[in-house]
Amino acid sequence: MSDTAMEPGQGGSAPLPASYDMSEVGDWIALLKPRVMSLVVFSGLVGLLVAPGAGAMQPVLAVTAILCIAVASGAAGAINMWYDRDIDAVMRRTARRPIPAGRIAPGAALAFGVWLSVASVTMMWIATNVAAAVVLALSIAFYVFVYTMWLKRRTPQNIVIGGAAGAFPPVIGWAAVTGDVTLVPIILFAIVFVWTPPHFWSLALWAHDDYERAGVPMLPVTAGARETRRQIVIYSVVLAPLSLMPWIVGFAGLPYAIVAAVLGAAFLWFAVGVLRDNQDEAGRSLTRDAPARACFRFSLYYLFILFAALAIDRLAFSA
Amino acid sequence: MTPDERVIFERRRRGRNIAILLVLIALCALFYFVGMARLLRGG
Repeated sequence: MSDTAMEPGQGGSAPLPASYDMSEVGDWIALLKPRVMSLVVFSGLVGLLVAPGAGAMQPVLAVTAILCIAVASGAAGAINMWYDRDIDAVMRRTARRPIPAGRIAPGAALAFGVWLSVASVTMMWIATNVAAAVVLALSIAFYVFVYTMWLKRRTPQNIVIGGAAGAFPPVIGWAAVTGDVTLVPIILFAIVFVWTPPHFWSLALWAHDDYERAGVPMLPVTAGARETRRQIVIYSVVLAPLSLMPWIVGFAGLPYAIVAAVLGAAFLWFAVGVLRDNQDEAGRSLTRDAPARACFRFSLYYLFILFAALAIDRLAFSA
Repeated sequence: MTPDERVIFERRRRGRNIAILLVLIALCALFYFVGMARLLRGG
């Protein structure tokens, strides 16, 4: 892509720059991992809505805070794609991303991610308070340095510890309103933190070959599918009572508790389905991981419905 | 670069430029409204 020569028949138009950029706007949006962003934005919004004093917050500042969470999430995603471009290129699921596909230069993606990170943290500080900006910066740093650069390629516990990065948004939303971090946002953090491993390992069970080819030590690669199924059940067992904590500490009412209990039982049912999947001797699925796919899909609904229930409970029943 | 590639390149560059323009306008509006909101709040 360094052709600067004029083609015959191009008239007098100006020569192209030495390295011309063939990316489309959609490629830059893809760098932001919009699907991940949607869940991050939603959990951040719930953290903001349930915080005491949210009703008195200027709507412009509230919208800006959510925008900052979204942009920061995208920025971290872009830096992650820059760092992981080598393993993305060998994994089927990620090979068509803009960097491994050659549509965006790695350096440009890194610059994009860094600038968006700085802009989102600065804007959060201007619009809300220093606590929200600090937690936002911490979440980006955790995802980039702790998960992407340190843990992901070194330990099968990568997603357990790294999952903390995705658990920050409700804390940030809360801090944007109150300027502090108390017990309730820490409980919301813990719920997302414990939800992440069974959610991600359900995906890793059927994307096992991809991770193995790329040399990423996901649990199904290092400990095998059977142990991964067991771990999914263990985390689901922990998640069920943990999701009741907002009710136990008196922050949410009975409607939330009922929804959380039903969702917790359902998650456990899906997790047991993964454990009991028809398997070979190594624990590899003989059903194309149908239960793991179902568990993964349900886990997305789980977090969405649980957080929506908390927001509705607080706004409609506890007001 | 063939003439067809040049057309595609110029179309994509135009798209990126328009997107950057829109983002800059949105940022100006955002700074304005955040500033106004903070002034009204007395912050």
